[in-house]
Amino acid sequence: MLIDLLVSALVLLGAAFALIGSIGIARLPDFFTRLHGPTKATTLGIGAMLAASSLHFSVQGEGLALHELLVIVFLFMTAPVSANLLAKAALHLRVRSIAAIPRAFRASASDRSQ
Amino acid sequence: MMTWLRFPLTTLALLALWLLLVGSVGPGQVLLGALLAALITGATAGFWPRRRRPGRPWLILRYLWRLGLDILTANVRVAALVLDPRRRPRPFFVELPLALEDPFAIYLFASTVSLTPGTVSADLRRPADDGRTLLLVHALDGGDATGAAERLCRDLKQRYEQPLMEIFP
Repeated sequence: MLIDLLVSALVLLGAAFALIGSIGIARLPDFFTRLHGPTKATTLGIGAMLAASSLHFSVQGEGLALHELLVIVFLFMTAPVSANLLAKAALHLRVRSIAAIPRAFRASASDRSQ
Repeated sequence: MMTWLRFPLTTLALLALWLLLVGSVGPGQVLLGALLAALITGATAGFWPRRRRPGRPWLILRYLWRLGLDILTANVRVAALVLDPRRRPRPFFVELPLALEDPFAIYLFASTVSLTPGTVSADLRRPADDGRTLLLVHALDGGDATGAAERLCRDLKQRYEQPLMEIFP
């Protein structure tokens, strides 16, 4: 009973953060600010849902469910890398940015024609 | 053939990964996992620039603990910003000169920056003049305050780069 409550709370929390992450993508003003959604709100959203899943299946009597741990580890290792690559691509393509881009990182005309 | 013997920690980590993946510690799975771990370690050893041993496990644990807490607060702060209709985010870019030199430590630092409050690491560049690596960080909000960039640089360096320097001396 208590476990069920805890599982439900975690699922709701996870869903709420995943939703907020998506709202962020829709509402934030430019590409670089939208990048913040998937690296943060969604990591906690998915983290909470996976914790709920792990807890739920662990008390079913078939031993500890630890797959979720792996999913979290891989997610936290890969989310920043994909955000970084997206940002790199955006800098290269000179996507509109509200924040001023420092000169050393601006794509030059010769970079772009390659 | 016996390359994996030189990387016992990698081999053990891969074995642990396999056992978690199949969700069983039966003798067959341990044997299969050990075989795979040894083969994969042997096959990929050439890609590792040099052997590295995590020097101080307790520092790593403290780092992960702090990172976990910061990810929680990061989420709450970003959520508040997204949900408040009156707030317009004021993003800004910061160039952060890194003191870290080890490529793996730089990867950890950049990932940490991306996972924590209001910052994403966007690009990495090694300028010719002083040889230090520059990390381009995008901050979600606070660009209107004076000295925001300097403060952010100092915070990130103190909170994450310093402990990473101790872990990867």
